[in-house]
Amino acid sequence: MEPAKLDHAALPRVAAVASEARATLWGRARRFLAKSAAPFGYISPTLILVSVLMLIPIAMVVSYSFKDNVIVQQNPVSVGLANYTKVLTDPDFLAALKNTFVFITASTVAHLVLGLGFAMMLNTSLLSGVTKTIFRIIYILPWLFTVAVIAVIWRLMLDPAGVVNYLLTTAGGMQEGVNWLSDPGTALWALTFINIWAGFPFFMISILAGLQGISGDLYEAASVDGASPFRQFWNVTLPQLRPVLISMAVLDLIWTSQQFALIWMTTGGGPLNVTEMLSTYTYKQAFSSYEFATASASAVIVLLLTMILAFFYVRLQRER
Amino acid sequence: MLTRKRRRLGAKIAVFTGLCLGAAFAGLPVVWMLSTSFKTNGEVFAVPPKLFTKNFSFDAYTAILSDGAQLRFFLNSYIVALSVTALTLFVAILAAYGFSRYEFPLKKSINAVIVSVQAVPPITLVIPYFGLVVALGLYNTYPGLILTHMVFTLPYAIIMMTAYFNTLPKELDESVKVDGASSWTALWRVLVPISVPGMVAVGVYTFMISWNEYLFALTLTRTDDMRTVPIGIQLLMGQHSYEWNQMMAMSILGSIPVLVLFLLFQRRFIGGLTSGAVKA
Repeated sequence: MEPAKLDHAALPRVAAVASEARATLWGRARRFLAKSAAPFGYISPTLILVSVLMLIPIAMVVSYSFKDNVIVQQNPVSVGLANYTKVLTDPDFLAALKNTFVFITASTVAHLVLGLGFAMMLNTSLLSGVTKTIFRIIYILPWLFTVAVIAVIWRLMLDPAGVVNYLLTTAGGMQEGVNWLSDPGTALWALTFINIWAGFPFFMISILAGLQGISGDLYEAASVDGASPFRQFWNVTLPQLRPVLISMAVLDLIWTSQQFALIWMTTGGGPLNVTEMLSTYTYKQAFSSYEFATASASAVIVLLLTMILAFFYVRLQRER
Repeated sequence: MLTRKRRRLGAKIAVFTGLCLGAAFAGLPVVWMLSTSFKTNGEVFAVPPKLFTKNFSFDAYTAILSDGAQLRFFLNSYIVALSVTALTLFVAILAAYGFSRYEFPLKKSINAVIVSVQAVPPITLVIPYFGLVVALGLYNTYPGLILTHMVFTLPYAIIMMTAYFNTLPKELDESVKVDGASSWTALWRVLVPISVPGMVAVGVYTFMISWNEYLFALTLTRTDDMRTVPIGIQLLMGQHSYEWNQMMAMSILGSIPVLVLFLLFQRRFIGGLTSGAVKA
């Protein structure tokens, strides 16, 4: 078979078409690359930071927890689960676990109740907008102060010679002043009270936003049906707020369990360990006793407990 | 009619009384702090306690403001918090643009990691950070603090900024891209200028977190000239444990930046915060 004769005159045209096709192909490839690479370009600083600040440190602390004398020694050897057995059989750790449980449960319940109460009062149609704004700003105040300031304020107020004892003995008929933060019988409750004071505003704001999202039609329908204010609260307000209340409660459990500064600056875990929390226990192991390995085991346990809570939080978010 | 009016008045009085009780609970400790800061130290625990002292003075404030060591705490806090805010905003704007305007593999998983960062306990991170920051030569430096603070500020900033960008129509930046501009130009020339309200909310929140951070500031710095305000307050408590008026003055001075930011931007801030917190 004879090879087809080349049509020389057509060659430039073919070349032009080919180069055009190549150009479009290349352009398409480049556009495709740009399109799929661009998002990674934008999120790469985040990815790098999250890896350096989160994933690597977590891997580090987990590996620390299986070794001896980490950080202080050059070549620590693996000790298996020894650090975990040491922590989990330490009575101080178990006390910290129990105190943390009491502290976070009482704080969360009080935050919910106070937050809901204040939010409902601030949502009333009975008072003018200006009045409500003034009250709202006063209510948010505790939340704006740094924990160091909150610790100092309450150490002043709860001092044996302080204003709280003065008011309780003069007006409240209490016999004698109490050293709230140094008495083993009261320290944990005093600390919980401070935490309640410091944390309720965030609940209040979030619940207020939730209340403002409830349609007025629901209340109108309820009052046409003759529902009392209490029944309206029970059958309209609470069910509508349920998702907000549950997410806030789980978030609060997570945050309160991580509270460190407030305890460190008021009681330091004392007296007699009655206010020792998982966070202060871990910190002392690391930076007072320089037992970084046991501290890491304790830190990993705290992380696992938090992850259980976080798991519920994510599931709740997904259900909504 | 009359009974309804009377009932309404009764409800009004009840709500107002309740609000006043609540305001006393929330506000009195703050008022007491303010009042103590204007007292002489001998008067702090005077019996009976006085809300308005006769010997009103600014001595506690001048003592703090004329002390170079105390001013250094403020300088450090401003340097750290402002740097954290600027860097967080920059990184979060980029990430939010990526999340809001593109589809890419692993988007959901990356997003889940960013959301879950918020739950990781600081106490878990502080031990490896200590090892890491020492190894990188960043112990007792500004970059060490700035970088580590971002682990708390960044996730929330990304979530809030993404939510904000999602409310802006895609046609806005796409129309510029049709005219031949790159996505980078579209982001900075079109989206960012109209996102100022969202950026303000994120910026105020970020500044507050960094200004108030305690655990890393305590652990990752060593010398007094690197300490921030929260640690400064604690040091003051250790040094002159009886000068309560100065501690209160320092506390108030240390709270002013956050209070001012909050009062200026409270509407935008609360709006941004609640939409982020409830939907996050």
